[in-house]
Amino acid sequence: MLTLSHYIVLGAVLFCISVAGLFINRKNVIVLLMAIELMLLAVNMNFVAFSRFLGDVSGQVFVFFILTVAAAESAIGLAILVLLFRNRSTINVAEIDSMKG
Amino acid sequence: MINPQLFQLICFYAFATVTVASALAVITLRNSVHAVLALVLTFFSSACIWLLAEAEFLAIALIVVYVGAVMVLFLFVVMMLDIDQEKMREGFVKFLPVGLIVALVMLGEMLALIGVRAMHATVLGENPATAAGLSNTAWLGHALYTDYLLPFEIAALILTVGVVAAVALTLRHRGGARYQSASQQVAVKASDRVRIVKMAADTSYDQPSAEETK
Repeated sequence: MLTLSHYIVLGAVLFCISVAGLFINRKNVIVLLMAIELMLLAVNMNFVAFSRFLGDVSGQVFVFFILTVAAAESAIGLAILVLLFRNRSTINVAEIDSMKG
Repeated sequence: MINPQLFQLICFYAFATVTVASALAVITLRNSVHAVLALVLTFFSSACIWLLAEAEFLAIALIVVYVGAVMVLFLFVVMMLDIDQEKMREGFVKFLPVGLIVALVMLGEMLALIGVRAMHATVLGENPATAAGLSNTAWLGHALYTDYLLPFEIAALILTVGVVAAVALTLRHRGGARYQSASQQVAVKASDRVRIVKMAADTSYDQPSAEETK
């Protein structure tokens, strides 16, 4: 019998995998962006599950908006990445230090 | 005849296994192109899990929007940039224990906090869309175009801003390249291009003889 906890645990596992991905791939901006996409997917999984199990449409509407914002975010992020590579010839986070932050 | 509920559960575990395995592949694979392809598999199997929850519209939207557009964009950028794979892996082993500890502690905290046992009592009831006599898409659409109309329009605006920002960031004018100026081409008049002059025929030179022209 499929229960709410199945979906919630899967969402939690996906979220933790993406957090681990942020930690171990801290040089490669592309993998960092992909880990963020994975994180949004984990959150969407929770929204879909709660929407279905509680019978409320708002959860699915929220997933719709998250998908929209995530698409815009990754488009701009990749544009910045292309610009960065064009100017610095690297996307290594450790070498992007011209602002001395 | 297999029990439908058991079949649902088997499907869920199969898709969840693929999802988790490919998500692990995304963060550990050495080659970025392979990581993007693993992420495609993650999204695809997640869409299958959403189908099990009868969120059909969002499952198809995830495949069309994410796999069809965003992941192709990722793949395009990864292949366009010439990335030194080995240099990018520096610190992978160094940060692996920290990442694992943080992730496991976080997972433990999450599972303790959300009360898995209590949620285990919430079983899959009747589909609320079917109960309302609608398909999932109609159910979502009714909410989207009535209660959530303003956020929907703002989402469209955000996408437009995203397109403009992405183009404005990456557009560059190369020096020394030759361009057509369409407005000047359209605005040109015949009198600007060709000047017709009248002049008398020049008869001063000798007519070539028949032998020379042969």
